[in-house]
Amino acid sequence: MTLNQQRKLKTILTGLFAWTVALVLFFPIFWMFITSFKTELQAISVPPSLFFEPTLDNFRVVQERSDYIHHAWNSVVTSFGSTIIALIIAIPAAYSMAFFPGKRTKDILLWMLSTKMLPAVGVLVPIYIICRDYGLLDTKTALVIIFTLMNLPIIVWMLFSYFKDLPKEILEAARMDGATPWDEVVKVVLPLSVGAISSTALLSIVLCWNEAFWSLNLTASDAAPLTAMIASYSSPEGLFWAKLSAASTLACAPIVIFGWFCQKQLVQGLTFGAVK
Amino acid sequence: MKHLTKNTLTYAVSITAAMTAASAFSATQITVATVNNGHMIEMQKLTPEFEKANPDIKVKWVTLEENTLRQNVTQDIANKSGLYDVMTIGMYETPIWGERGWLQAIDTSGNFDVNDILPSIRGGLSYEGTMYAAPFYGESSMVMYRKDLVKAAGMEINDRDSWEHIRDVAAAVNNPEKGIYGICLRGKAGWGDNMAFMTAMANSFGARWFDESWKPELETAEWKNAVNFYVDLLTKYGPPGASSNGFNENLALFNEGKCGMWIDATIAASFVTDPKQSKVADQVGFAQSPYSVTEKGANWLWAWALGIPAATKNVEAAQKFVRWATSKEYIQLVGKNNGWAAVPTGTRASTYANTDFQKAAVFAEAELKAINSANPNDSTLKPSPYVGVQFAAIPEFQAIGTTTGQMISGALSGSMTVDQALKSANTSADRQMRQAGYY
Amino acid sequence: MKRSITRLLMAPSVIMLLVWMIIPLSMTIYFSTIRYNLLYPGQNNFVGWMNFEFFITDPGFIPAVSNTLILLLSVLIITVVLGVMLSALIDKPFFGQGIVRVLLISPFFIMPTVNALIWKNMMMNPVYGIFAWISESLGFEPIDWLSSYPLASIIMMVSWQWLPFAILVFVTALQSQDTEQKEAAQMDGATGWHIFRYLTIPHLARPIAVVVMIETIFLLAVFAEIFVSTGGGPGYDSTNLAYLIYNQALLQYDVGVASAGGLFAVILANIVAFFLIRAVGKNLTV
Repeated sequence: MTLNQQRKLKTILTGLFAWTVALVLFFPIFWMFITSFKTELQAISVPPSLFFEPTLDNFRVVQERSDYIHHAWNSVVTSFGSTIIALIIAIPAAYSMAFFPGKRTKDILLWMLSTKMLPAVGVLVPIYIICRDYGLLDTKTALVIIFTLMNLPIIVWMLFSYFKDLPKEILEAARMDGATPWDEVVKVVLPLSVGAISSTALLSIVLCWNEAFWSLNLTASDAAPLTAMIASYSSPEGLFWAKLSAASTLACAPIVIFGWFCQKQLVQGLTFGAVK
Repeated sequence: MKHLTKNTLTYAVSITAAMTAASAFSATQITVATVNNGHMIEMQKLTPEFEKANPDIKVKWVTLEENTLRQNVTQDIANKSGLYDVMTIGMYETPIWGERGWLQAIDTSGNFDVNDILPSIRGGLSYEGTMYAAPFYGESSMVMYRKDLVKAAGMEINDRDSWEHIRDVAAAVNNPEKGIYGICLRGKAGWGDNMAFMTAMANSFGARWFDESWKPELETAEWKNAVNFYVDLLTKYGPPGASSNGFNENLALFNEGKCGMWIDATIAASFVTDPKQSKVADQVGFAQSPYSVTEKGANWLWAWALGIPAATKNVEAAQKFVRWATSKEYIQLVGKNNGWAAVPTGTRASTYANTDFQKAAVFAEAELKAINSANPNDSTLKPSPYVGVQFAAIPEFQAIGTTTGQMISGALSGSMTVDQALKSANTSADRQMRQAGYY
Repeated sequence: MKRSITRLLMAPSVIMLLVWMIIPLSMTIYFSTIRYNLLYPGQNNFVGWMNFEFFITDPGFIPAVSNTLILLLSVLIITVVLGVMLSALIDKPFFGQGIVRVLLISPFFIMPTVNALIWKNMMMNPVYGIFAWISESLGFEPIDWLSSYPLASIIMMVSWQWLPFAILVFVTALQSQDTEQKEAAQMDGATGWHIFRYLTIPHLARPIAVVVMIETIFLLAVFAEIFVSTGGGPGYDSTNLAYLIYNQALLQYDVGVASAGGLFAVILANIVAFFLIRAVGKNLTV
């Protein structure tokens, strides 16, 4: 076997192995998708049936029972809205920490991350009472505020690590040319960090979309996002696997597809300052 | 705390003002929170009929899975948030909330015919004689069994068999090689899951949750006998993974033809006899729950009911809706639209008197008998201070019942012995009761 | 001047997070010292340490703390080790690399509740789950995952969710690895293992630290997966701190005990963070 052939064989083996692992890890999602086209009886049949006559009944039922568009819209507004606000607040902070670090910068960052450590179950009632007193229960505003604050520490930190590795010379050159700090951020730093910012945004959107504790406890009908829709399909009295799969497929599809399209950005941006 | 309450008041006042101003122009909107069971989904579908009859009322729905719903509505009513105008609550919450003045009394005047409601159900939804939630459907528990399998094994099942006989039948029917398990029972931990079943069984062994001075009694011989019998029965003749099976898991097993017997909610009868979802629809027999030393409390009693929080601003519309959804006319409407086998049962005597219903529902007689035989006010052999058959209607019970359920499911899965399980459940219950200030 | 601008820029983030921390925290501290049960309105007398004592002496407390730590460490180890190996594997070009990558990262986008529901009902169910079917086809007794290995099942679900995140971060990092260096090493006759051990791993030190840090924050508070699948049982076998707070306090609406439990969870999180920062901190950009 020549060296070239050996290499080719190795590539094929690597490919085969990678494909196997990927298919195994993806299988649960695939199975959920398939189950959503089964009848309830087929969904629990043993052995599991892979070939069957697909039905759209479950999707029809879900559409009839819950206003999918309404929930999806709430999910979109809360996750995108909070991400945009968080970015607007986080970019200046990360910029100033990265380019003008003080003695306390490190402490502030760690403190920010530590605000994420109070478990939601422990502070549910305080937050609930605050929301009630300000008339924020069952509003998208409440969710946007909470999601923003929830993800802010991670966003600041990710952007900080990226900004910190930007070559300082570029900034100095800009400053020599008489650029104001505003110019510096808008014309130099931001264009250089499109990848990092978009991947940070993506991460934040995914985390908000999938957040279930606050969105279930603070909403009723008006502001209920897709996670609340799922809660109306899990474990009723009676068989529910197929309908649940359909609802889950509908709830997860937008973010999964969005993620697929953006994974290139994600892969470029999640460097956490590893590029030097 | 104080200034928060003050704030709330100001807000409540301003919101009420805004709402009254708005309602002068538009229809009243009421928000109904409900559990995601089949009968409620049907009610949601039929709501346009209600809106047609009451054009000034619009109904918005929030359907949630049981545990989430319970947490949401309790949070709402205890904090007087006023997000919901009608809530689906159970026989457990109703007397507790009624006592605290959190619920509006149900308007039973006029053609509502309150005397048609089954007495045990009405009793369980009342506090000091006032009904605080109107029953939407009610259930008890009974034995559902496969006539073909039991007959083939040369056995038979009757009303109120002894637990020993049930065990013998399970042993005779059990055939794991062919994928048939003698008996399916709830094992999944939860006060409304395995403990609903376990408590009813323990009642019939002469056990009770608390003695008259509210001390938990889980370490008594009665509890030990009952739990030992249950664990032994289910380990020997039950399906694999019994300790994570709830109502649905067992329903799926039974419908797939894998259970010889299943003792669970009477509501299951309409599912297992439905050929669209059950492979064994024409082979199911019914019998009253088995007992050991007493028939008292041997089968449970539960109702899902519609209650109106005291904090709602739309009392009138909410009352109208509740009266509609729990009326005889509603039951007839479902009967006409979906067939009489699909009507919500367990609430009204008139339903069982209806010949159409008797014809469509083979389980009608057994179900009515089970419901009528349950008495939430007298369900234990020795006197007990609490109301409820398979639960104790005190706020602490949810946590106590769930922890005990965890322990018993631990005993079932073999990670601890029955004695250990009951001991640590008792310790935990004792702590909770002490913390709550019962003694 | 510079300093004031810097402060101004940081101000929104810092102030908002400060408010976000202080208000709930002070309410929580206050609630933890009074008797406060939603179902017993109006009886809010001061009780001192009673709520803390009640929470800490709970028979489920020790198992909950150890389960929290076991869950954290196992998922960290699984996701980091598998993540490094898989991302090294898919770093080299092969047929369908792009699709494989998309498939691998997909689980990260699935809601934790849905994740738990799929695994519980369709994968791990001992009668009609896929795992049961596989082991039965191979002639084994089906395993009842959730009751025989509850914590392991939870670890499996959570790892499935977070492995893609690790892969994402590592794949990104590997793209910036110096290929010339690698080729030079190959010329010198270094084996694949040596390259992996002496070039790839050190290069990944920092991304590993990042993954560990972010995952820790989320893993200490795992709740949805337990709530949906095992309910903390059987016994206390899969109860973690977050779930214990839910079960012993929120389930009976005892806000006092829930607050005490929440404060304890913060303390534990900070202890973990302290060790974590010492262990991986030098690789972090802070």
